[in-house]
Amino acid sequence: MTTLASVFEKARAENRAALVGYLPAGFPTKEGAIAAATAMVEAGCDVIEIGLPYSDPLMDGPTIQDAVHRSLLNGTRIADVMHTVEGVAKTGAATLVMTYWNPVYIYGAERFARDLASAGGVGTITPDLIPEEAGPWCAASAAAGIDTVFLVAPSSPDERIASVVECCTGFLYAASLMGITGARESVGSAAEGLVKRSRAHTSIPVCVGLGVGTGAQAAEVAAYADGVIVGSAFIRRLLDAPDEATGLAAVRELATELAAGVRSR
Amino acid sequence: MLTAADLAGNAGAGDDPDPFGRFGEFGGRFVPEALVPALDEVAAQYAKAKSDPEFLREFDHLLRTYAGRPTILTEVPRFAKEAGGARIILKREDLTHTGAHKINNVLGQALLTKRMGKTRVIAETGAGQHGVATATACALLGLDCVIYMGEVDCERQALNVARMKLLGAEVVPVANGSRTLKDAINEAFRDWVTNVDHTYYLFGTAAGPHPFPEIVRDFARIIGVEARRQVLELVGRLPDAVTACVGGGSNAIGIFHAFVGDKDVALYGFEAGGHGLESGEHALTLTAGTIGVLHGSRTFVLQDDEGQTIESHSISAGLDYPGVGPEHAWLKETGRATYRGVTDAEAMEAFALLARTEGIIPAIESSHALAGTIKLGRELGPEAVILVNLSGRGDKDMGTAMKYFNL
Repeated sequence: MTTLASVFEKARAENRAALVGYLPAGFPTKEGAIAAATAMVEAGCDVIEIGLPYSDPLMDGPTIQDAVHRSLLNGTRIADVMHTVEGVAKTGAATLVMTYWNPVYIYGAERFARDLASAGGVGTITPDLIPEEAGPWCAASAAAGIDTVFLVAPSSPDERIASVVECCTGFLYAASLMGITGARESVGSAAEGLVKRSRAHTSIPVCVGLGVGTGAQAAEVAAYADGVIVGSAFIRRLLDAPDEATGLAAVRELATELAAGVRSR
Repeated sequence: MLTAADLAGNAGAGDDPDPFGRFGEFGGRFVPEALVPALDEVAAQYAKAKSDPEFLREFDHLLRTYAGRPTILTEVPRFAKEAGGARIILKREDLTHTGAHKINNVLGQALLTKRMGKTRVIAETGAGQHGVATATACALLGLDCVIYMGEVDCERQALNVARMKLLGAEVVPVANGSRTLKDAINEAFRDWVTNVDHTYYLFGTAAGPHPFPEIVRDFARIIGVEARRQVLELVGRLPDAVTACVGGGSNAIGIFHAFVGDKDVALYGFEAGGHGLESGEHALTLTAGTIGVLHGSRTFVLQDDEGQTIESHSISAGLDYPGVGPEHAWLKETGRATYRGVTDAEAMEAFALLARTEGIIPAIESSHALAGTIKLGRELGPEAVILVNLSGRGDKDMGTAMKYFNL
């Protein structure tokens, strides 16, 4: 099992940023998600976030909403998410689950943390869990030995960043802009400042996500962040492909481009 | 003149949320970190506003000279014959400007928006009443207004869509998910997190992340404050029961809250039973839901065994919501209030009955409270006095009624 710590250590040794790719479980199909994530890893993703499809994804833009909706129509359950994690972890990528809080709460925090660890998962990203409500989840995760990644945003004042990093392990997720997930023309101008402010409060790696979708953008972010997170752009490739093989090739191509980007410091 | 006590209510009586917005185990904040500073700012500004005489004076002035407060009480003896002869008294929120209780909350929050220096307001709407009220307040105060409304609701409440447009609001139909209120809320949150620097999210019900449940309750609280005084004057004693319909729960908490401390006054909330509990097509969140997190708050939710929200159903768009405000969850858990279901058919029967016996066409939402009150009246007997929150009028529902009754 590859830990987040070892991923960032390796990237640092190679003087590059880590590449983090996101894909929801069950999209385009249960096994198709594992195949796509495997292609992403083979082409250079160091970390894979497996999204747990949820009915009310209020942080997500149209692309991820669409993928998640299809996944739910495919009947994706939490057991399938764990199965996907297991398949992806075997590739050697550090594998996380990105999930809204309610499915974990209903599944049971201890049980979720335990099952995720057994599947080879190394942690979670919980976009709607803030420090004030995260106590039980941090305790359950610590007991199971998995990381808890939390988010900060350009709107976060220093005192909020300070309280978020207190319960954040593995890496800190810095949202590049105010908004929802989805590829954009340019990466938010606030991202670099946010990373700088975050570093004043923590020594854990800081990764930047939201709106990153090209090699050039990855390179731009890699200049100041420890990791570059890409989600919607991968999903767009799969949604636009006429068949699975074409989709896989497109995903591989994008991952290759991004991997070159995070290496051009 | 409205006092700080009228607004903020039973402060210190133990029925306000803790600093994290929790009512017992319910409430709190389950939102993206990006929104926390905005929610903190709303909470801080409201805390200042609610004891500021100037803010109270402005709010009071708008309620009196614009919304049409105080609203009257109407006793309905012909209707009450169907309810075991109990004395039934309606609090006439249907007579407010825009036709429903929503205007109270909206005027309060719109004034707060101005205080905060924000220029753009967004809101979600189900039946369209909150959207119309928001568009109205924005027209009055010169604020830009965008309303998110599920496609399904746009269709069944086309009249309200037209009203909002006429009032200068942009109405955005929401085509994802169940295309109803819950999806409109998701979309409004997405807008807010993108435009939070100049935008205020004018939340429409006493749900969502802290501080919205408390703010919306306080601005709706005037309903119960007035009604309590008026019933005492009319009957010479407090009512035996206070009833209201519950979707998100703002009209119910608005009339309940002034009575929470009156231990002899029973509180009844009536949820939308749709086609009945067994059919699976209902909005019986408190009656049949389980504890979970939806739209930023821990509360009762209609959800499956893995926490996926289940689509609700009700003939009334305003009650068609799979969540409920956290204070209602708490009132249920503590036993202070009782929640029951009323089916589409029962509500429509009460809708027609009030029209025929009293010459008042209620909103279908409020008809759930009326139907529940008929049963309750039969249980309590002819000595009972029941105060019903008639939360809105039925003009907007005529399309549904025409279809339902073949008019």
